[in-house]
Parts: sequence; C-alpha cells; structure tokens
Amino acid sequence: MGNWDRFVETFFNAKVMAKYWPDILSGLFVTIELAALIVVTGLIAGLALALLRSLGIRPLNWLIVFVVDLFRALPPLVIIVLIYFGLPSVDLVPSGFVSTWISLALVLMAFAEEIFWAGITAVPRGQWEAARSTGLSFGQTLLGVVLPQALRITIPPLTNRTIAITKGTALGSVVAVSEILGQASSAVSNSYNPSPLTLGAAAYLVLFLPVVVLGRWIETRFAWKR
Amino acid sequence: MIETFLNAAILKAAWPILLAGLGNTLALSLLVVPLGLAGGVVLALLSTVRVQWVRWPLMAWVDFFRAFPPLVLLIFLYAGLPFAGLEMGGFGCVAVAFFLNTGAYYGEVLRAGIESVPAGQIEAARSTGLSRLQALAHVVLPQAVRNVMPDLLSNTLEVVKLTSLASVVALPELLFQARQAQSLTYNPTPIVAAAVIYFLLLWPVVRLLSRLENRALAGRR
Repeated sequence: MGNWDRFVETFFNAKVMAKYWPDILSGLFVTIELAALIVVTGLIAGLALALLRSLGIRPLNWLIVFVVDLFRALPPLVIIVLIYFGLPSVDLVPSGFVSTWISLALVLMAFAEEIFWAGITAVPRGQWEAARSTGLSFGQTLLGVVLPQALRITIPPLTNRTIAITKGTALGSVVAVSEILGQASSAVSNSYNPSPLTLGAAAYLVLFLPVVVLGRWIETRFAWKR
Repeated sequence: MIETFLNAAILKAAWPILLAGLGNTLALSLLVVPLGLAGGVVLALLSTVRVQWVRWPLMAWVDFFRAFPPLVLLIFLYAGLPFAGLEMGGFGCVAVAFFLNTGAYYGEVLRAGIESVPAGQIEAARSTGLSRLQALAHVVLPQAVRNVMPDLLSNTLEVVKLTSLASVVALPELLFQARQAQSLTYNPTPIVAAAVIYFLLLWPVVRLLSRLENRALAGRR
C-alpha cells in the first residue's frame, strides 16, 4: 500500500464515512439551529440596547456601555464554561446547548450594540432636526429617518462580526453539545479513524464558505462611497 | 451567593494556580500574535501581486481559513493528524492553528490597509530608485499599518481571547487552570476569578477600541 493509499484510507475512509455521516448530518442541523438562534436573539438584543442608549438616560447608558465592554472583553469560551459549570451551583442547570446559545448571543449583542450605536451617531444631526421640524415625534424620527440610514452603514461590519461569532458554535462541543464538532469527535474516538473529522470539516465549509463569500460581496456592495 | 461564586477561602487556595495560568496566557499571546502577524504580512504582500494564478489561490486560502472555526482546525491538528503519524503536541497544534487562522484575518486587515495607500506613493518610491519590495516595506506598509490600526488592534484582542481555546488541548493557560481548580474544589469561584482577570486585562483595550471605532465611523459623515 503506497503512501497515498494509506493517506486516503486514514482521512477519507469510505467505510467509516458511510457509517458516521448521519451523525455528522444531525450535528449540522444542531449547528444551524444554534447559529440561527444566536443570530436572531443577539442582533435583536443588540439593536434594542442601541435604541435604549439613544434615549440618552445617563445612568442607563453607563450600564449599557459596561455590559457591552464586559462581553467584548471576555473570551466566549470563558462565558460558556462559566454558565455551564457555574450556574448549577445555584440549582440552575442549563444544558450545553442553552449555555452556548446564551453566551454567544450575549457576545453578539455586545458587538452589535456597538456597531448599531456607531451607525446611529454617524447620521448627521441635521437629519434629526429636519425630521423633528416636520412634526415627527422622537420615536418616529429614530425609527423612520435615522435608523434606515444607520443600518446601511452598519451592514458590512455587522455581517463580518456575525459570521465570526456564529463560527463559535463549535465551542459548544466543549460543553457536550452534539453539534458538528461534537459528533465528529465522538465518532473519531469510536472508530479510531479521523475520517469523521474530515466529514465535519467539510460540513463546516459547506455551511460557512458561502457566508464568508457573501460577506465579502456585501462589503464591496455596501462600501461607503467616499 | 457570594459564598458560592466568590468564596474567599477557595480563591486564596486557587490563586497561585490561576496566576500561573495568567502567565501562560500572556506568554502564549506573546507567541501567537507575532506569529499571526507574520503570516498576515506575507499574505498581504502576496495580495499586491497582480497575477491571476497568485490572486485566486490566495483568496481561496484566506476564505478557507476564515470559514473554518479555529477550534475545528485545532481539533483536526490535535486529534486527526496523529493518525497520519504526525504528532505535534498541544503546544505545536496551537501554534500552527493560530498561524493559519489568525494569519488569514491579519492578512485581510493589512490588505485593506495596503489598498488604502494611494498608488502615487509606490510610483514615487519606485522613481527614486527603490526596488518593489523596498517600496512596499518602507513606504507602503508603514502607512498601511497606520490606516488600519483600529482593525489591527481589534484583531489582536480577538487573538488574545482566542488563546482560551488552548485549554481544550490541555495547555495550562488561564481557563484550563481555572477549570482544574473548579473540578478540584467543586466550586465555581476559580472560573469567576478567571473571568474577572480576563476582564481586567482586556477592558482597557476594549475602551480604547470603542473610542477609535466611533471616531472612524463618525469621521465618514
């Protein structure tokens, strides 16, 4: 058996792959579910915080800035481990799935708030004044005039951040979530062959490569014309 | 509550373990940040080559490692490659994974920086007799780095946070040490303490960054 055959036998073992691809596929669905939950809740929470911040209530804003700083500074894996291993001490027992979801949603919330807020402050003051002078209320101005302009600027950085954080779903494998990496790792230890990891790697690429390419396209499409 | 999450006795016992972990996290960061930067500079310089058979593979390389979760890369190196007789150990795997992953990100940031430097700069430099590489290294790169300083800093922050992944392959950095202490004491205080240490270490960087970013975005009006 030549080197090449041995390499194929090791990393692309058809028999092992045939046996374990359903596991990887179910892992893929868990990853997609987790990613979708994180993106939706994280972005909504981030937008909500940015809108709250625009009300300009001093003590509230300090609190928002602190929370945002906190979740920007802490490594996501530390937050996951803290929730998963820490909360059971007060009789709250979140599953690995819930721990990963909450942790990454909080991280995305922090980054999204920062980006949304920067977008809102980047809209010229004249826009506010003009809208208010036509008789729109504060809320109407914010939602109908300022936010649509702010969102346009925020799309490229927001897309990149969202992709980067969503890739963190793989961290769930550390707290026993049966997403792609978790399934692949246990299949490797059951079969004594790394082919499931190859499959898992392929699954990640199938999932994220289109998103990365899309992100690249969005970055040029929405680029701020100078 | 405080008894559970910030137990003074346990904190006192776990302190030396955590401190050793912090030292290793800092040492690891001092290794992987320059490593990723070096990879990024190479990728960014390659991206200035206007030849199709360099550009396309380069773009594919960068997108590949941007799409690949770093933990998956790390596990592949750590648990997969030994089957092919390639045993690098936890430390070697972390170094290689960070070089590949963060190199791709640094490469993208630096490429954007290089593209932000007007073409006239390189033409002027070449006309004074500098070679292409000299012009890139002494004229373009310093300006490029200055233009994308916030992004470089933000990426570096992410890299330092990412060193916590090394705990998965049993490198005794801060998170790993905290988890060891937690499983010995059946108390989450060490993990809370580790989180506080991470926060105190990285908060100043986050503050600085959010200032730089707000200014950059506001400046586009």
